Amino acid sequence: MKKNNQRLAHPKGRQVDPQTLEEIRHLLGDRPRNRDLLIEYLHLLQDTFGHISPTYLAALADEMALSQVEVYEVATFYAHFDTLAEGDTPPPPLTVRICDGPSCEMAGAKDLHKELIATLKDAMGDRVRVVPVPCVGACDTAPAAVIGENRIGNASVGQVTLDAQKGNLEPTIPSYTQLDAYQANGGYRTLQGCLSGERSRDDILKTLETSGLRGLGGAGFPVATKWRFLVDKPKPRVIAVNADEGEPGTFKDRHILETNPHRMLEGALLAAWTLDVQDIYIYLRDEYPHIHDILLWEIPKLAEAGLSDHSNIHLRRGAGSYVCGEETALLESLEGKRGLPRIRPPFPAEVGLFGRPTLINNVETLYWTTEILDKGADWYQNAGRPHFYSVSGRVKEPGVKLAPAGITVNELIQNHAGGMSDGHRFKGYMPGGASGGILPASKGDLPLDFGKLEEYGCFVGSAAVIILSDQDDIRETAQGLNRFFEHESCGQCTPCRVGTEKMATLLAADKWDLDLIEELSQAMRDASICGLGQAAPNPISCAIKFFPEDVQ
Amino acid sequence: MTETVKFTIDGQEIEALPGETIRRAATRLGIFIPNMCSGLNKYYRPDGNCRMCMVDIEGERVLSASCRRMPTPGMKVNLSGERPEKARKMVMELLISDQAREDALDPDSRLWKMAEKVGVDKSRFPADARPVPDVSHPAIAVNLEACIHCNNCVRACREIQANDVIGMANRGSKSQIVFDFGDPMGQSTCVGCGECVQACPTGALLAKSQIEGKIPDKQVQSLCPYCGVGCQVTYHVAEGKIVRTQGHDGPANLNRLCVKGRFGTDYVHHPHRLTTPLIRRDDAPKNANVEFDGGNPLKYFREASWDEALAFAARGLKDILERDGSKAMAGFGSAKGSNEEAYLVQKMVRTGFGTNNVDHCTRLCHASSVAALMEGIGSGAVTAPFTDADKADVIIVIGSRPAQNHPVAATFIKNATRRGAKLIVMDPRGQGLTRHADHMLQFKPGMDVALLNAILHVIIEEGLTNEAYIEKFADGFEDLKQAVKGCTPERMSEACGIDPETIRTVARTYAKADKSIIYWGMGISQHVHGTDNVRCLIAMALISGQIGRPGTGLHPLRGQNNVQGASDVGLIPMVYPDYKPVTSVETRERYEKAWGMKLDPEPGLTVVEIVHAIHDDIIKSMYIMGENPAMSDPDAGHARAALAKLEHLVVQDIFLTETAHYADVVLPASAFPEKSGTFTNSNRQVQMARQVIDPPGDARQDWWIIQEIARRLGLDWNYNGPADIYAEMRSLMDSIKGISWERLENEGCVTYPCANEDEPGKPVLFGEGFPTASGKGKLVPADVVPPDELPDEDYPFVLTTGRMLEHWHTGAMTRRAGVLSALEPEAVASLNPRTLERMDCLPGDRITVSSRRGTVTLKARADRDVPDGMTFIPFCFMEAAANLLTNPKLDPYGKIPELKYCAVRVEKA
Repeated sequence: MKKNNQRLAHPKGRQVDPQTLEEIRHLLGDRPRNRDLLIEYLHLLQDTFGHISPTYLAALADEMALSQVEVYEVATFYAHFDTLAEGDTPPPPLTVRICDGPSCEMAGAKDLHKELIATLKDAMGDRVRVVPVPCVGACDTAPAAVIGENRIGNASVGQVTLDAQKGNLEPTIPSYTQLDAYQANGGYRTLQGCLSGERSRDDILKTLETSGLRGLGGAGFPVATKWRFLVDKPKPRVIAVNADEGEPGTFKDRHILETNPHRMLEGALLAAWTLDVQDIYIYLRDEYPHIHDILLWEIPKLAEAGLSDHSNIHLRRGAGSYVCGEETALLESLEGKRGLPRIRPPFPAEVGLFGRPTLINNVETLYWTTEILDKGADWYQNAGRPHFYSVSGRVKEPGVKLAPAGITVNELIQNHAGGMSDGHRFKGYMPGGASGGILPASKGDLPLDFGKLEEYGCFVGSAAVIILSDQDDIRETAQGLNRFFEHESCGQCTPCRVGTEKMATLLAADKWDLDLIEELSQAMRDASICGLGQAAPNPISCAIKFFPEDVQ
Repeated sequence: MTETVKFTIDGQEIEALPGETIRRAATRLGIFIPNMCSGLNKYYRPDGNCRMCMVDIEGERVLSASCRRMPTPGMKVNLSGERPEKARKMVMELLISDQAREDALDPDSRLWKMAEKVGVDKSRFPADARPVPDVSHPAIAVNLEACIHCNNCVRACREIQANDVIGMANRGSKSQIVFDFGDPMGQSTCVGCGECVQACPTGALLAKSQIEGKIPDKQVQSLCPYCGVGCQVTYHVAEGKIVRTQGHDGPANLNRLCVKGRFGTDYVHHPHRLTTPLIRRDDAPKNANVEFDGGNPLKYFREASWDEALAFAARGLKDILERDGSKAMAGFGSAKGSNEEAYLVQKMVRTGFGTNNVDHCTRLCHASSVAALMEGIGSGAVTAPFTDADKADVIIVIGSRPAQNHPVAATFIKNATRRGAKLIVMDPRGQGLTRHADHMLQFKPGMDVALLNAILHVIIEEGLTNEAYIEKFADGFEDLKQAVKGCTPERMSEACGIDPETIRTVARTYAKADKSIIYWGMGISQHVHGTDNVRCLIAMALISGQIGRPGTGLHPLRGQNNVQGASDVGLIPMVYPDYKPVTSVETRERYEKAWGMKLDPEPGLTVVEIVHAIHDDIIKSMYIMGENPAMSDPDAGHARAALAKLEHLVVQDIFLTETAHYADVVLPASAFPEKSGTFTNSNRQVQMARQVIDPPGDARQDWWIIQEIARRLGLDWNYNGPADIYAEMRSLMDSIKGISWERLENEGCVTYPCANEDEPGKPVLFGEGFPTASGKGKLVPADVVPPDELPDEDYPFVLTTGRMLEHWHTGAMTRRAGVLSALEPEAVASLNPRTLERMDCLPGDRITVSSRRGTVTLKARADRDVPDGMTFIPFCFMEAAANLLTNPKLDPYGKIPELKYCAVRVEKA
């Protein structure tokens, strides 16, 4: 009766608290209330309060003229929002995140996690929590921990505890090439050539075409072809820069952006000029707050320097979702929605961001675009179509390695990564992060390039090469990767949503039901909407095929 | 795409129509492709998430969802073959992996039938934990155990009904259907439309009645008994009882329903139904302050046979007629009855009583709209259907709360905004459409003309008028121009409370758009300046040329399921059927000839005037069919005293309504689903209602009762049923000439005017001028007239009245509908939270609201949609009847009372 009385005392559903609404209005200030900014504003709440409570979420929905459920489903989709249910206790003020990506696990992340729970509990009681987090793109300094925006490489219990106690939450901004230095080195010369009319759009497209540059986000689609799709499409057109590298083992875009961000920005502005695009959206993974700071600092300089008059650059934060690196999920996320990949056709070149024709390029792709337009297509070809490899795992010198396309893993280990770590024997490798499958050491002389590994059920993807040794159990590796896919599945389509979950139960069995696993794997490959579900069974199939002794 | 596409499925050549997906083309040609998330019906966007409809397209790496994929010329599609077949089976196995048919609440759901078709009966995967059912909503049970994440309910709630309550929260295997913030459904913002239940293919969302109810033994297609939208409904009947209703694909609702249509028809089975004729007991004298007790008729009445009751009823009428003449007689028909019943009531009053004193509650809803429309454009009905929102660029909704009162019509407006149409809402209160509006003009109550004149001023001053249209189709532009010359937005702003810039923006938006349409409701009409309000709206449309084309026009949203039809067939004191004036000699002679007797040449009295005439000892006897003036009339205390004063009152109804408490004899009638007949909705769509069940006990068909009374008044009536009556109406009404009874039986719905049987009817009118003497519309300027009773020191608040979503009109039906009354069980007055705070009241506290005419005590509801200083009380609550407070002052033209505005005092009880 009491409950009924309360229900009748108000219109249906949760009421918006007038005071909270005022707070929200104050917090948003004069920012536009456009729906596509929802994720930005959820960040604002999360950053301000350390969580998102129903009271504030309801007020935000009201202020943005959205229904409650529309904001709730977005808030609960992304891992970086601590969205509370009615009556939930807010999380502790401090969160320590321990990366559980494959390279960090090899580097002892599990033990670090366990020990930190005990140590921090002693040191800080319930003012802190320790949680696992999927790959944060710090595989070159594994194991990695994150406190707030403070990324700690080669994390030790001592360092993390110290930072937690001191409340060191700020990102460390590395030294990078700022605009003046970049320009002093000839940066933006190509763009200025375009803006001044020295270079033609046709010339740009032809150069790219001749270079044979392929997209370096993972799919390897010819860049010039992708650009040309937009040429005859109606305006306004849009460019989306995919800076959401989330493939476990991948950190090359991070490397580019934290050392030479203008190489990417120039590439984006070149694309915008070539394709007559007025809006560039950069979708940056939220695991890279230091890069967010760098871009926030550098982008306005472009306008001041008169380099971006032809296009507005919008910087947007991701919010902890691997699938948003998939280009159509990324578009959804840029629109302020859950990151559900779209069914193609239609392709983004036809119906993209806000329904407009859209070009989506990865950070590294734009980096090489600038390089090629600076130095010429021949230079690129002669250099062996170089690009960045993220090398991590059981090697002495993990890191981003510049090498020609088609290099073998044996060459990478020996010539670029200082050889195997001491006491480790090369057992196998993941050529393309979590989704590219696992190959045995016996296949260490295959060229790492697009189209070369498919016959083995693998692919090079974003060239995130993770080296495994005799101390690694492939069964555990495969299970861990499936856990990752299950965690990151958007949940839209049946084969991936239910498939990854049921796969986990199959993999947990003492003896694997190989027939059922294979049947399920095939359906996931054939019937999933996007690459996540299609590739999720790859490591499992590889484990069965190439490492039978580990899985029996 | 305008050309067909030839492609093959399993080698068989197929030709897809333009815009058809692979699956749709296949389905049309009888090729079955399994499906779950799509394929519900053509109004649901195929989503492609379930992956049940996968096909192999030659040359492609992965399989493709045929529900989404468009065929291309020469495409080779393989539906058969190991790869697609295995994929589809595995998908089904995954879908059912956490449930079992033998445990299912709905083992015959689309899911289990589909599983059978693809040959999967159980899953080899270990099952996950099962979610706990949510039974917090009175009508709907949520059992997510059965959920397959197909998203049909999300599309139902978001894309079809645009209520935006259901969503998919979390992600991956943790994805879950939620209401708002994962709240129990019963505590969420859910409006109970049940579209999700109709869409759910698994039983995860089920009507509770379906879980408890019996298996239906028949289905009958008919209509919803409530508002003027005119939704078509499929009634499911088991053992003579309605156990379930589902939206049918009628032109006004496209399968949609609201909470009333979906869950509100069980009133027909309520124990309060009258099943036997009643005659007032000698020891129960009439008393204006009678204690209402609708469940206990025998407190005031005794049971009688039909013979006795009919004789008693007729004798009383006849005695007074013979003694005092026709002027002492009056009759109310009902906007809830069919066209045939309304026609009979007005014919009986005009021929049996010999007077034009016949009216119905149209007087209380759109009388002023009709007055202004007749004067301005020569026709009282809508110029375009509400579904034309779909074609409009700009939509104005003023003085109307369709999300509450015409929920299904509102869905089309909300759909239009999603498509990109601009919505301008003008209402003193916030409302269900506010969130969807580009401009929400919360103007000062009663200041419509100030606001609208300012808009007219801007349109004219800024040269946004459509000169060519005015030249051709409008009279009186110069007068209008002069009249609004002084109404600058700056000057009107203070009066209406809207800033000048917003007024300008709105005026430009409306006038400049290619297609703009205006919807209005009782917020416009129920004022002493109701007719003036509508004159302004007509002027806006005429000077901007926003009328006469698809997506433009004027649409007064009709409140009752047959208020349009009842008016059309002459249940109005001034006109015969088709709005032919009783003062026209030619018309009268036509009817005298048709009906075979002399007719009253004077217009009759209207609803409120009849009440006054009773007090003035002029009217002494009444016949009231299906109306409830004791609740619906303004200053209801005064109206009740009048009813009590009548020497002889005959009431024909399905319940012992508040009005029936004053009757001398009560004749038990049939409820909507118990009869057949034609009903005309807000869109001028004449639709066929078909009898679903039999009336209870000795309750009788309404047409039969009226005919029996008429016969006893000496009229020679021999109708055999509604078809007969309709045939007579059609012979007299040009508007429905082309709509025969048989045609309606076959087609279900035809829009009037329709001159010939082979014509489809005209949804959009007046592209080529108006049915006026000059063929032009008439612009009539309006002055700013304040509401009749302004707040003062003693009565400082403004009271406004209306309906609520769950309760329809005076509540006689809905308060006896289980779900509806569970959702809104008691009387509430809505006030702004700030107002309550100032009064030191908590939401839920009891308050007393008094006007110069009466006092009611009820629960306070904190609602920020209501502006500070105002209170809203729905008029459906007998125990706190809002109309005891309202002001009976009439609009001089439409004779409609100012139900939307009076001064009250609000105190903590």
